[in-house]
Amino acid sequence: MATAAHRAARTHTDTDGPAGDTALTTAYQVAFDAAVAADERIEPRDWMPDAYRSTLVRQIAQHAHSEIIGMQPEANWITRAPSLRRKAILMAKVQDEAGHGLYLYSAAETLGTGRDELLDKLHSGRQKYSSIFNYPTLTWADVGAIGWLVDGAAITNQVPLCRCSYGPYARAMVRICKEESFHQRQGYELLLALSRGTPEQHEMAQDAVNRWWWPSLMMFGPPDDESQHSTQSMAWKIKRHSNDELRQRFVDICVPQAESLGLTLPDPELRWNEERGHHDFGPIDWAEFRQVLKGNGPCNEQRIDQRRRAHEEGAWVREAAAAYAAKHTTEADSEAGAERA
Amino acid sequence: MTNTDWPLWEVFVRSRRGLSHTHAGSLHAPDAELALRNARDLYTRRGEGVSLWVVPSAAITASSPDEKDPFFEPAADKPYRHPTFYEIPEGVQHL
Repeated sequence: MATAAHRAARTHTDTDGPAGDTALTTAYQVAFDAAVAADERIEPRDWMPDAYRSTLVRQIAQHAHSEIIGMQPEANWITRAPSLRRKAILMAKVQDEAGHGLYLYSAAETLGTGRDELLDKLHSGRQKYSSIFNYPTLTWADVGAIGWLVDGAAITNQVPLCRCSYGPYARAMVRICKEESFHQRQGYELLLALSRGTPEQHEMAQDAVNRWWWPSLMMFGPPDDESQHSTQSMAWKIKRHSNDELRQRFVDICVPQAESLGLTLPDPELRWNEERGHHDFGPIDWAEFRQVLKGNGPCNEQRIDQRRRAHEEGAWVREAAAAYAAKHTTEADSEAGAERA
Repeated sequence: MTNTDWPLWEVFVRSRRGLSHTHAGSLHAPDAELALRNARDLYTRRGEGVSLWVVPSAAITASSPDEKDPFFEPAADKPYRHPTFYEIPEGVQHL
């Protein structure tokens, strides 16, 4: 019900400004805080603090953008997939990513921000997407490494989001997480096939893991003491676990999986810490992370250019469909008119 | 004419025969026919449905969350509408 929700949301924001009824706003705030504290979900037409709304729009938009930009590095390999089986799988996966983007744009729309506005912001660089997609896919093994590591990291991040306090976002995440599981498993299977293949294939798989491991760890965002939005997002129950907590969980999951693959993770400091009950790992190169975030990654320009081009080149399809719809609505109206006459 | 002109549709999916259609999400489409096709591609990629409804979002009238309490209150003080309200002697069967 995004349209109705949209209107209701706007009305709320308009009337709850400084000129609005302060006592009423306080009562709304109390009800909102109580709902969040009781682990209830906030739904589109409920009152919510402006900052909660804008935080969600920013996060959901960035998430949606990541899904559709994420189609590019993998689509790069569709025409060169080594078998029809792998090609069909990869096409299905890339199609899923488009679907995930749409679920998330819909969730953002329930907060009163249209999809066009969000796409404009992506195209003009005012909103970001996950910086992992600014790395190139150099070999076929990268498709496997993305499935295993990038989608694996995404799942670790996203499973707790299924319990996010904002209902439409949580529901979109449930759907997405179900589908991500196929993405991760196909990647793992692909890497396993290469790892057990010829020495050259094994080497290719190892090289892909070497290149994707550290950027995947960066996907969890900056360390907790530097993460600017974390505390508030956790208080609002948008976020359930800290960046470092999720990163640690991911490392612990990956170590035995890498062993089963017969591949190593490129970190000489990676070892089990009996006392902590977790794996210790080496320092992350945050300078690289910030550079990629600032737009200086290997593929930043290419990704946005391609996204803009796809949008512009698809304009005629959108226009034709709208013209067709308009024509048929007019015909149906005049037929209805003729019947009445 | 751009995307802005494409209205929003709510999608309802019947997961199998015998069950009712359930709200799955929303999407944009220029007309009902394309809304159905988009809904198929977006919400039933893994056989999640045997039937789809698409409804223009603008056609839905919703109750207001602010009036939720007074709106639904009349049902709250009528426990006699539930079977557990009634005391039946022990041993009485099929009741």
